[in-house]
Amino acid sequence: MSSILIKGGRVIDPANKIDKTANVFTLNGKIKSVGAQSPKADKVIDAKGLIVAPGLIDMHVHLREPGKEEEETIASGSAAAVNGGFTSVACMPNTEPAVDSEASAEFVYLQAKRTGKANIYPIGAITKGRKGVELSEMGQLVRGGAVTIISHCEDKDLVPDGVMNDGFISAVLGLRGMPNVAEEVMVYRDIALCELTGGKLHIAHITTRGAVELVRQAKKKGINVTAEVTPHHLLLTDESVKTSSFDPNYKMNPPLRTKQDIEALAKGLKDGTIDAIASDHAPHSPEEKDVEFNIAPFGIIGMETLLPLVLTELVNKKVITLAQAIAKLTVNPARILGLDKGTLTVGADADITLIDLSKEWVINPDEFKSKSRNCPFRDWKVKGKAVKVIVGGQVVN
Amino acid sequence: MKRVILDKSSISDYLKTIAERILDRNKTGSSLALVGIQRRGVPLADRLKEILSKKIKHDIPTGHLDITLYRDDLKTIGPAPLVKGTDINFDITDKNVILVDDVLYTGRTIRAALDELTDLGRAKSIQLAVLVDRGNRELPIQADYAGKTIKTTSSDIIHVKLKETDGKDEVVLSIDNGE
Amino acid sequence: MANNNTVKWSRKHLLGLEDLSAQEITTILDTADGFKEVSTRTVKKVPALQGKVVVNMFIEPSTRTKTSFSLAAKRLSADIVDFSASTSALTKGESLKDTARNIEAMGVDIVVIRHTTPGAPHLLSRTINASIINAGDGAHEHPTQGLLDIFTIREMKGRIKGLKVALLGDITHSRVARSNIWGLTNLGAEVYVVGPSTLIPTQLKQLGVKISYNLDEIIPQMDVINILRIQMERQKAGLFPSIREYARLFGINAERLKKAKKDILIMHPGPVNRGIEITPEVADGARSVILKQVTNGLAVRMAVLYLVAGVSADK
Repeated sequence: MSSILIKGGRVIDPANKIDKTANVFTLNGKIKSVGAQSPKADKVIDAKGLIVAPGLIDMHVHLREPGKEEEETIASGSAAAVNGGFTSVACMPNTEPAVDSEASAEFVYLQAKRTGKANIYPIGAITKGRKGVELSEMGQLVRGGAVTIISHCEDKDLVPDGVMNDGFISAVLGLRGMPNVAEEVMVYRDIALCELTGGKLHIAHITTRGAVELVRQAKKKGINVTAEVTPHHLLLTDESVKTSSFDPNYKMNPPLRTKQDIEALAKGLKDGTIDAIASDHAPHSPEEKDVEFNIAPFGIIGMETLLPLVLTELVNKKVITLAQAIAKLTVNPARILGLDKGTLTVGADADITLIDLSKEWVINPDEFKSKSRNCPFRDWKVKGKAVKVIVGGQVVN
Repeated sequence: MKRVILDKSSISDYLKTIAERILDRNKTGSSLALVGIQRRGVPLADRLKEILSKKIKHDIPTGHLDITLYRDDLKTIGPAPLVKGTDINFDITDKNVILVDDVLYTGRTIRAALDELTDLGRAKSIQLAVLVDRGNRELPIQADYAGKTIKTTSSDIIHVKLKETDGKDEVVLSIDNGE
Repeated sequence: MANNNTVKWSRKHLLGLEDLSAQEITTILDTADGFKEVSTRTVKKVPALQGKVVVNMFIEPSTRTKTSFSLAAKRLSADIVDFSASTSALTKGESLKDTARNIEAMGVDIVVIRHTTPGAPHLLSRTINASIINAGDGAHEHPTQGLLDIFTIREMKGRIKGLKVALLGDITHSRVARSNIWGLTNLGAEVYVVGPSTLIPTQLKQLGVKISYNLDEIIPQMDVINILRIQMERQKAGLFPSIREYARLFGINAERLKKAKKDILIMHPGPVNRGIEITPEVADGARSVILKQVTNGLAVRMAVLYLVAGVSADK
């Protein structure tokens, strides 16, 4: 059995309100101690100058397997995850076939185990085949766990054939718009239903000022609602579609919004309205993505750019604190997903991410572990990177 | 080194001589037409028209030719040369067309002008009048009426200035003597 | 000396009027002036683009624009090949990029593209080395149409600056409207967009355009009305109640024209829905310059082909 001693790093564990220089000792895949002691270990990692954080969790990714293995597999997605600093990811069920049964969930589980890198948690589809008709056998899918409904809020009737944010830019470009209200009416509906049923609701990739306000008010009323935001919705606006001359790497759903929305998202992130940051990693092959804007699929990859972007654009620019950022990438998503992870509490799984805050580098998707390259952040200069990733007491990256 | 090779009065004299010789050859002048090549051929054609009109009773149709679209170097040069437009509002068929330009040099401009005139109609004859013939031909083309004939090398520059386009009448030869 | 005789034009592609400066638009218009005369000759042809190959890549059906580009290219002595969606590999599942690369491998200098998706010409300009001319991309831009409209206005009115120009009809779905807005506002015209509120994106105000839903109210002040084609399927999509009501509120007829200035210009990019957006008597009437637009379209497209070809020769 193995042990690791991570020496002299700045340990930030928001769940336990820890931010201090300490040694972290892991034994047999669990956290054994966090403090001044320095027990003998099989492996010693010098973490001086580094941040030692609970393993990061990306609660919203698409791994494409089964169905589109040329874009991403569970193996390549898992490698991309740990390369980006993530020890756990939750993958969405929109595969072919969809993850809507115990058997299909188990397939994802087993594929993940085989690759032996990040922990992968399949999110189940609510209905069989994602058709919205017949409920999946949810009890079996989660085996007794509490069900959180994760909602992609979009009123399809309000965005027929929409390809970008509805506003000045879409009007100028002649592209079909997806208005803010299409998201907001569904956020409102889901919150109302959540209040009525007393269930748990998680709003995926929130993007509008109005939606942030709805979640803020719902939380005030004590409704059990949480929300996540992606780096691209925090950093990019619909103007990118124009300045890039229709580059489909700026086509996402929900779409990139406006400066006012970005400001509201940042405020929501700061005041706790938005609980988590997730990538919505959505790999697409160039054959599929680099085509006419209207027919290109939505989404970009994000697991390998999330952490550096959050550190560079949010933490370094003082939008949120480092501890807040880490909380939104560890304990918060863990709680939303009902996972016993995201902390460095003694006895917890030894999932740890070491971050070098001073490392300056330039984003180059060609160097990514993901199979896909659909990334709008090429050539961005960033500062901060996950330099070592430990999953279940094993160094995996 | 710069040298004025023609001044106002010698330009005027040469034009008068050219006009006389045109009338010598085209006795009655009845089917004469003048076509000036853009840019400095245009005022020269207008001046010839004025001189000729005094000697013959009827009007001489006069037009402008822009040979830009007939240049043989369009494929290799860039950006595109300015198109000033051709303006010949009479039918050149069966006319004795006097093509007028300021300087005859390689002959390529005249080649282009001949091609363009051919596309515009079947002239009875096309004759060439130039103010200065500086030699160095690259094509088998000669002037029917030349004012000043001068030997030059290809590095020399002849700068024709006309009142209408440049504010004064003068022809300057600049010799590049390696300075 | 050579510099005074060359145009101020350095663009390899013409993707939209939004990108062009007032100087560049004027350069195209002035060049087109020089080309108008060519179409009046017995031999309507000059050798300027001899040896150049132009491809008409029309991924959306069009007769007039395609014919206009074909004739323009032929009058410049370029070789022109038509490539339309129905005969193309695109219907067999080949991507636009692959198709374009294939066409380019045959030695093409200029690709004229019409496509249903905004930005398709921009995608091509990133993909291949040929010059790209946008002949209409979805509801985004139709730069040569915008240019020929502006050329016609300038020809008839002698200026653009200070004129009041109304774009009438379905602005939301109109690439012609967008190209006109960019070009006209850039040259100093006062642009009005007029039509049913369901067919006008109010955000266009940000471009300095005035919005009106009442044609009768604004018509007395206008110097030019450019009527956009109404597409019948918009009515089915619930964007206006009926063709009859549209004609009553926004159709240009003799009665309405009485309220207009005597020297108003009536324009239409075609094809005209006679009796709906414009009555036949007005379309064929004294104030109509619809056929002039078609003639000028040829000169403008010759100018554009000539100018971008000059830049590719530079490379």
